Amino acid sequence: MEIQQQPGYDPDSIDLMINMGPQHPSTHGVFRLVIWVDGERIIKSEPHVGYLHRGSEKISESERYNQIVTLFDRLDYVGNLNNELAFCLAVEKLMGITVPERAEYIRVILCELNRIASHMLFYGVYGLDSGAMTPMLYGFRERERIQDLFQRITGARMMHNYIRIGGIKEDLPTDFDSRIGILLDDLKRGVDECDQLLSGNEMFLARTKNVGILDAADAVDYGVSGPTLRASGVAEDVRVTDSYSIYDRFDFGIPLGTKGDCWDRYYVRVEEMRESIKIIENAMRDMPNGDILAKVRRIARPPKGEAFVRTESPRGDLGVFVVSDGSDMPYRVKVRAPSFANLQALQLMLEGAYLADAVLILGSIDIIMGEVDR
Amino acid sequence: MTQSLNEFSINLQQTLSRKLTSFPNSDLGQELDLVLVRVEASDLVRLSDFLKHDTDLLFSYFASLSVVDYEQLNNTFEVVYHLISLTHKYKLCMKISIPYDDPRIDSVTNIWRAANWFERESHDLYGVVFEGHPNLEPLLLYEDFEGYPGRKSFPFHEYKEW
Repeated sequence: MEIQQQPGYDPDSIDLMINMGPQHPSTHGVFRLVIWVDGERIIKSEPHVGYLHRGSEKISESERYNQIVTLFDRLDYVGNLNNELAFCLAVEKLMGITVPERAEYIRVILCELNRIASHMLFYGVYGLDSGAMTPMLYGFRERERIQDLFQRITGARMMHNYIRIGGIKEDLPTDFDSRIGILLDDLKRGVDECDQLLSGNEMFLARTKNVGILDAADAVDYGVSGPTLRASGVAEDVRVTDSYSIYDRFDFGIPLGTKGDCWDRYYVRVEEMRESIKIIENAMRDMPNGDILAKVRRIARPPKGEAFVRTESPRGDLGVFVVSDGSDMPYRVKVRAPSFANLQALQLMLEGAYLADAVLILGSIDIIMGEVDR
Repeated sequence: MTQSLNEFSINLQQTLSRKLTSFPNSDLGQELDLVLVRVEASDLVRLSDFLKHDTDLLFSYFASLSVVDYEQLNNTFEVVYHLISLTHKYKLCMKISIPYDDPRIDSVTNIWRAANWFERESHDLYGVVFEGHPNLEPLLLYEDFEGYPGRKSFPFHEYKEW
């Protein structure tokens, strides 16, 4: 029997090829990674994506604008509201709609809550990746609190379909003020608790510090964004540098890493949760009463044109490019998914790392395959 | 509808109108709130290199690459690049039209490594060939997939996998 050799196989230098995924518990979805190792060191790796490709961009071309919001829910399925917002902002830009103040505030509050929920999931799963079981339970406890509130507001724990072109679906429930007060207190305590539980752990530090280093120049060149980019010390947060919605009204910090290793990528996210809580508190203080939906026709028909918006989703720079031909369905929708670009840098980070660290390095990018494959 | 440019974009437009004199075939414009530059396919690599390295521009961050299918309109594909300058806070949209029947364009992976997967994806879905790309194997689709599902002419609703 003749053994078929894989492309890239060089019998002189490579010892072993290891296949990881697509069904693997620590690949965070259906993701396949082929790793070539020399002893314990990774020489080369090749990611294979596309297992979750549903053609969302193509389906969008035969759906009405309002219907596409539900498709965007399913791209980054742990940061739903942030995705909905990105699409709605693009269409609003095309149509020149001004969103009512109250709706803007509610959007910001919910998107920041969603960011915390997403980072809490990362926190729990990252603990699990590094071999600690307990953080998962703590992370999910906090995330559950937020999802309970989401359920109260939008009617769904995930896939909310809450943000509409021109505003939001419906106003907040009457008991929202008291609920969010309790939630924020819980979250503040929860973030601190999570931080104390995992961050100082000696074994966790040993496994994440100086592992999978990505320097700033490489990160920018690979199009890396979000917490992964900020961990490398680049102060780029779309909410600040290219402000959208009403983010320019809030005063919040951009947590930065110094080295760009797994630890930085982890801790930037923990710090980001604290900043998000600050934004929510400020927004709650300033939120006015009033309309929640601009006067928009039921079937949106943006004029001919093209709009590109960038937003800061929990994973990074989420861009949406919409081309309209004047009909009730978009001519072309392109999603610039942050995970898609971030994942490109994985090969670089894995090069020369220990095989045992592969899962930790992959986990630190916080990929969501729904968004990579679209 | 025209929307006003923000201060950064006005700045960029002025800088570009001064600097683009060495690219006679380029055309500067505006699309909603974005500065838009149309170039010939032959100028793409030279212009990209210039945009990334010129100290007044420094478009180091490759945000996105989209292909738009205009077969019905004028038998072309439009390749749209969105570029960001982190240093100067500039946003730029760069457009190139290529013929539908022979969609070839130079790859910019040597300038922005981020372009790698974006170009592979566009090759998958639209059949645009990026010349000089290191590896144009299917990314999102499987190896034996026939046709280009992104194109308008692809029978999308009739398509059955099983």
